[in-house]
Amino acid sequence: MSRKILLEHADVPGIDTFPIYRQHGGYDSVEKAVKMDPMAIVEEVKTSGLRGRGGAGFSTGIKWSFLDRKSNNPRYLVCNADEGEPGTFKDRYFMEKLPHLLVEGLIVSSFALGTHTAYVYVRGEFFWIIEALEVAIAEAKAAGFLGKNILGSGFDLEIYVHPGAGAYICGEESALLESLEGKKGYPRIKPPFPAISGLFGCPTVINNVETIAAVPWIIVNGGPAYAAIGIGRSTGTKLISASGNIKKPGVYEIDMGITVEEFVMSDEFCGGLLEGRTLKAIIAGGSSVPILPAHLAFKTAAGEPRLMTYESLFDGGFASGTMMGSGGFIVLDNTACIVRNTWNFSRFYHHESCGQCSPCREGTGWLEKVLHRLEHGEGKMHDIDLLVSISKKIEGHTICALGDAAAWPVVSAVLHFREEFESHVKNRGCL
Amino acid sequence: MKLIIDGIEIEVEPGTTLLEASRRIDPKTAPPAMCYYTGLKDSGGKCRTCLVKIAQSSPNNPRPAVRLVPACRTLAEDGMIVQNNTSQEVLDARKDVVELLLINHPLDCPICDQAGECDLQDLAFKHGVSTTNYEEERRRYPVQDIGPLIKLHMNRCILCFRCVYVADQLTDGRCHGVLNRGDASEISTYIEKAVDNDFSGNMIDVCPVGALTDKTYRFKNRVWFSRPVLAHRECDKCCGQTVVWLKGNEVIRVTARKNEVAEVISFICNTCRFEKKSLADWEVEGPAHVSRESVISQNHYERNTIIPSLGSSDV
Amino acid sequence: MPKFSDASLAKVKEIIARYPEGRHKSALLPVLHMAQAEFGGWLSTETMDYVASVIGIQPIEVYEVASFYTMFELQPTGQYVLQVCHTGPCCLVGADKIIAHLESKLGIKVGDTTSDGLFTLKTVECLASCGTAPVMQLGRRYVENLTEAKLDEMIESIRGNKS
Repeated sequence: MSRKILLEHADVPGIDTFPIYRQHGGYDSVEKAVKMDPMAIVEEVKTSGLRGRGGAGFSTGIKWSFLDRKSNNPRYLVCNADEGEPGTFKDRYFMEKLPHLLVEGLIVSSFALGTHTAYVYVRGEFFWIIEALEVAIAEAKAAGFLGKNILGSGFDLEIYVHPGAGAYICGEESALLESLEGKKGYPRIKPPFPAISGLFGCPTVINNVETIAAVPWIIVNGGPAYAAIGIGRSTGTKLISASGNIKKPGVYEIDMGITVEEFVMSDEFCGGLLEGRTLKAIIAGGSSVPILPAHLAFKTAAGEPRLMTYESLFDGGFASGTMMGSGGFIVLDNTACIVRNTWNFSRFYHHESCGQCSPCREGTGWLEKVLHRLEHGEGKMHDIDLLVSISKKIEGHTICALGDAAAWPVVSAVLHFREEFESHVKNRGCL
Repeated sequence: MKLIIDGIEIEVEPGTTLLEASRRIDPKTAPPAMCYYTGLKDSGGKCRTCLVKIAQSSPNNPRPAVRLVPACRTLAEDGMIVQNNTSQEVLDARKDVVELLLINHPLDCPICDQAGECDLQDLAFKHGVSTTNYEEERRRYPVQDIGPLIKLHMNRCILCFRCVYVADQLTDGRCHGVLNRGDASEISTYIEKAVDNDFSGNMIDVCPVGALTDKTYRFKNRVWFSRPVLAHRECDKCCGQTVVWLKGNEVIRVTARKNEVAEVISFICNTCRFEKKSLADWEVEGPAHVSRESVISQNHYERNTIIPSLGSSDV
Repeated sequence: MPKFSDASLAKVKEIIARYPEGRHKSALLPVLHMAQAEFGGWLSTETMDYVASVIGIQPIEVYEVASFYTMFELQPTGQYVLQVCHTGPCCLVGADKIIAHLESKLGIKVGDTTSDGLFTLKTVECLASCGTAPVMQLGRRYVENLTEAKLDEMIESIRGNKS
C-alpha cells in the first residue's frame, strides 16, 4: 500500500469542513510554523527536496530563497490552481476533497515568505471549487488561523480566490500574473523573474496547488522525513492523474520510485488495460511531454525498469525518454490512433496559443493544419518531415514554454510512430 | 561595462539592451527588430526576429545560454559574449521566424502603399528564404473601418503591438487594441469606432508593414516616385518637424522624421500630418536623407533636386 | 442599459478591495463573470461598457479581455449551453461519439443553438476531468462519465420542464 501524505484523509466524511479537518490534525502545522523562524521553514522545504508539482519540477525551497526580501514593496504568494494541461486533474480532485489543506499550506508558506496577501488563481470553470475554497477561507478566518494577528503571532494574512475565465496559457506563471492584473493572459518576457518583479511589480512566489499542499506535512514531520521518501532528487509523494484506456482512471498518490509497470498494471493504481487490449503508448506528464511507445514505457532504452521519478522518466532524453511534467498520465491502447491523438493535441495548442509571439502564433496553426490533413486522408509523405521542420521552427524560439509544448508531442510521435503516419498517407486516413 | 558582439568589443552603460549595443556598433549589422521601438515603453520581445545567442553571460558564468534571447529585451552584462550574425543557429532561427511571419501575410506588395518603405519587405529580403512549404489558405480578416484618417488592412498585420503602445502612451484614451487570441488575434476597435485623436496618426509611422496606412495618401503614389523633404512649421501641439513628401509641388503626404534604424525621432500631431497639405504651410529645409539601399533612393533625388522654395540644391 | 443590483454593486466593491489601491483592473475577470451571469448569459457591448465604467477602465480594455477568454460569450446563447470537452483523453474514451450523438439528438451542429432557444452546443478544450471522461460543462457544474443514455435523459428532462 502506498503511503499517503496529501490524500491521507481525503475520504473522511466532512473533511472539507473546518471542525472535522481540525480533528484530524488539520492546521497543526500553522501552530508549529508561527513559532519558527521563517527562514528555518524555507530551509526545511529546501531539505525536503520538494520540487514544483505544476510541471517544471524546480526546487521549491530554492525558488522561495530567490524571493527579494530586501524590496520595500509588499511581497505576494500566488497559488496556481489553473489546472488545464490535458491529462491532468489532480489539483481539482485535491481541492474538492481537501480545501482546508490548501488553505493550511498557504498560511504556512505565506508565513515563511513574509507575504500578507495570497491569491489562489483557480480556473474559472471550477465554480464549485471557488465556492468551496471561499468557505474554507472564511472558516479558517473565523477560527483565528487567518486575518489579523494569526494565533497571537503578530502575523497577518488574507487569502483571496481569483477566477480565471478559460485560457490554458494562464497556467504559465507570468501569464497568470497578467490575468490576475485584469489583462489578457500574455506571458511576460523574462527577466525580470517574478521573485524580483511579479504581481503588481512586487516580489512574488507562484506555486502549484500540490506543491503548497505538501508544505504542512514537511513542517510537522520535518524536511528529512519527506526527503526519505522517493529516490534521488525525486523526493516525497506525487499525485498522478491517470486517464485514457485503463480500467481505473483517477487520481493516485504514489511514492516516487514505484515502477511505471506497477503503476499501470497493478490493481492499486490504474488496474491495467481493458480486456483483450494491448499497450500502445503512454504520455506520462500531460499532453506537453514526449509520447513513449510501449517498448519504452516500462523499460528504458538500456533495459532498466522505468520508474515514476523525474530522472527515470527523462532517462534517454528526447530520443527514448519523456518527462514527469504535471503527472498527467495518459494511457493509449491498440485501439487508439497516434495520428488522431497528435492532431487533437496540436489543435489544443493552436487554440490555446495566446498570439503574442510570432513563432507560436503562426506555427501552432500550421502544425494543426498539416496534422488535420494527415488524419483526414489528404496528407502527403513529405508532410511527415514537414511536421518535424515546423516544430523546429517553433521550439526554443518563443516567449514561453507553450511553443515547446506544442512541438514536443509532434516530434516524438513522428519519431516513435513514423509507420503509422506513413500508413495514413498510403491508406488515405485511419484504417 | 564592456561586452563583445560578433567579436567586436563595445563599452555601454548599465541598462543598455543588446539591440541598442549592436546598433551602436553598426545599425546595418544589428539584429532586425519588427516589434521593438525605442520610444515605446514595454514594446519588444514578441516578433522574435532579433533573437541572438549568448555565448557567455559573464566571465563568472562562462556557459552559453540554453535558449536564444531577444536582443531588444535582454540587458548587456559586463563580460558578456554575444553572437548575432556569426552564429548559424541565430541565422537559421531568424530565417524560421521570417518564414512564419510571412506564411499568413498576403504578399500584396504591388498594391500596398507601404511597399518601398516596408520593414517586412526589407526583413524578408535580407534574412529570409524565398520558398516555403506552407500550402494552406492565408488568413483573412473582414474589412474594418477605423475612420477617415487611418486605413486598417488587418490581413497585412504582423501583430507587433506598436500601434497599441502608441495609443496607450501618446494619445488620451486608447480605443483600439488587440482582440481575440492566438492566430485569430486582430487589431480592432471592436465597435467600428473611428480612431481619431491628436496623436493617433503616429500609429501609421510606427507600423512596420502596410497594416496601418495614411488614408489621405491612399493609392496616390508609389513612394519611390515622390520626393521627401525635411520641413517644419510652428505647431502648438508637436515639434512641427516633419518629412513632407512631394509630387511636383503637391504635398501628398506628411510623416514624422525617422533615424537610421527607421524609428521616429519625434512624434507629430494629426494637424501637421493630415491637415497641412499645402507647400505654403511648410518651411522646407532640404532633401530628406534616404539610405542608398532603399528603393526610394533609386531616383537619386538627393542630387540636383529642385526644391520649390529653395531653388536648386546639390547635396 | 444594464445595471447591477445594489447587492451586486456591493460585491463589486468588495472584489475591488481585494487588490491594492490603484489595481482595480484586477477585478475585471470576477466582475465580468458576475455581469455575464446577471445580464442574460452573455456580454453585450452595453454590458462591457457598463463593466468598464463600474471598474473605471477604458471599454477597449474590457473588449480585449472578454474576447481573449473562452468562458465569456460575446453572442447570445441558448438557455442551456452544453460545452463538451473534445481534447485527447476525452476522445480516447468516446467524446467524438458523444458530440456526434448530441448533434443528431439536438438537430444542430457544434456552435449552433436549437430553434427553440433551449440548447447551444459547443466543444471546449480540456476541462481537467480526464479521469471521468467524457465530460461536459453545463452552467456552473460538470456532467461526467457521459453516455448517450445519460444525455438523452437529461435533454428530455429539460425539454419536459419547459413544455
